Amino acid sequence: MGYPIALRLSMLALAVALPLLAQPPGGGRGGRGGPPPTAKAMAPIDLTGYWVSVVNEDWRFRMVMPAPGDYMGVPMTPESKRVADAWDPAKDEVAGELCKAYGAPSILRVPEHLHFTWQDDQTLRMDTDAGTQTRLFHFGNWKAPAGPPSLQGDSVAAWEITRGGRGGPQPDPNAPFLTLAEGPPQAKGFLKVTTSHLKAGYLRKNGVPYSENAALNEYYDMIAERFGDTMLVVTEVVTDPQYLREPFIITSHFKKQANDAGWKPTPCSVRW
Amino acid sequence: MTLNRIACYAAMFLCTGLPALAQVELSGSWTSKNHEDALERGAGPNPVDFTGIPFNESGRAKSLSYVQSQLSMPERICAFYSQWHMMVGTFGMKIWNVPDPLKGGTVAWVVGAWEDRAAMTIWMDGRPHPSKNAPHSQAGFTTGTWDGDVLTAYTTHMLTGYLRRNGVMTSDQATMTTHFIRHGDMLTLASYIDDPIYLTEPYYITRTFVLTPGVMNSDGPPCIIGDEGVQVGTVPHYLPGKNPFLDEMTKLYGIPVEAAMGGAETMYPAYRDKIKDKFVMPAKCSKNCGGPPPGQ
Repeated sequence: MGYPIALRLSMLALAVALPLLAQPPGGGRGGRGGPPPTAKAMAPIDLTGYWVSVVNEDWRFRMVMPAPGDYMGVPMTPESKRVADAWDPAKDEVAGELCKAYGAPSILRVPEHLHFTWQDDQTLRMDTDAGTQTRLFHFGNWKAPAGPPSLQGDSVAAWEITRGGRGGPQPDPNAPFLTLAEGPPQAKGFLKVTTSHLKAGYLRKNGVPYSENAALNEYYDMIAERFGDTMLVVTEVVTDPQYLREPFIITSHFKKQANDAGWKPTPCSVRW
Repeated sequence: MTLNRIACYAAMFLCTGLPALAQVELSGSWTSKNHEDALERGAGPNPVDFTGIPFNESGRAKSLSYVQSQLSMPERICAFYSQWHMMVGTFGMKIWNVPDPLKGGTVAWVVGAWEDRAAMTIWMDGRPHPSKNAPHSQAGFTTGTWDGDVLTAYTTHMLTGYLRRNGVMTSDQATMTTHFIRHGDMLTLASYIDDPIYLTEPYYITRTFVLTPGVMNSDGPPCIIGDEGVQVGTVPHYLPGKNPFLDEMTKLYGIPVEAAMGGAETMYPAYRDKIKDKFVMPAKCSKNCGGPPPGQ
């Protein structure tokens, strides 16, 4: 009577599989024959809004000026140390180079607020209140314009959509324990940013240098935590054959803000 | 070929094209890159460096009473080695999964033991946490869930341990949540301690480890209690107001004492305005300054 069990199972598999296989990566927006979806439309996580640094790592290098010669943790080359030992903030002031510690490789270590907005459908913009810097993350087939290197460099961005898809329930902060069904949902994807064409600057405010040959890879992950806040975790990898013995890998984290409270634009400083 | 067999092959073929359950491979040897908090994770933090710790008054008072010799007491000799040591210690991690021999799938992920930290077994099979009245242990009890490609582990039932290796403690009511986030050959751990006894808000830190082709064995048994000759009935401590290291961070780095005392506000950028006029940058780094290895 009826179909054999294996046939029924295969029909069930077909019913589940075909709609899934028909979807494009990222959840199905766009479609065959239409224009490719924009980066803004494809975003698996919403970074827009305000974020604040949570500084409980490298506190003495970030919240106050590190002492001259304090290089703990940075895989420096001897040449790097020689350059750093000659650091003189007065010279930077005279040269008008006040923002050397606010370049892309170090800007996320500065205690600050971030503000993400979409400049257009293919460009995510990040502003900082500390140092009033702007970074632009370009998606798609963007080509860097010719010109001299800059403090924030040229950043190419891409969403990495993970296999889990998007969406999901919000966490219950009152749940006593995680269960398989009730775990806090994290972002189902992340942002990867590759930055090059950098003007030389400082990894730390006390003159630890990076050169124009430095490159930066970053991974932006957003996590909804059980304590109710959303965190942004940024893994940063700085490579610099001139001044680093190995890639300098640090991870910075930020807490999502409901609004612009605390946003306080301040100029770059070489002494604070 | 029977209809049944055709149907089975069809189902198997289709299923291979489906997105797998959202999991990534975490197995392997992951070396620690101590590029941030290098002193804290290596030689150890300075005494009375409580910067960035979201203390309450109890947490601060307990930390200020701390004397390093407490670690010679049999009762406290293992206090450094809760699961939090995975985040704050200097060592790497060996991770592997435990497959279900009957059904396939992963029953648990294990972060191997290191030094005196016990292994963390992250149960993935939906088992509940023990009763709140169940005994606590050095390892605690951990369950995990996948969300996308992020594994989240939740640890309860730990013994009292340390948050920072200079006497900042966690209570046995503390819980630990750890996100394992893999990007290629890098594994970022975003983890926090929530402690209703000593903290006013979660203490959140992030670390990145790098996959290494070398074998990193799960090393060391759980901490073994020993007798280091501390007189029975005594607890080395400082009485309130008597800690001799209150100004250690001021002497070394020009950091005001009030900042070294920690508190949640010391974690946020606005706090810089509060100490700007009190900070004095030292003329030169005098201790634990880093730099290229000797001889280079």
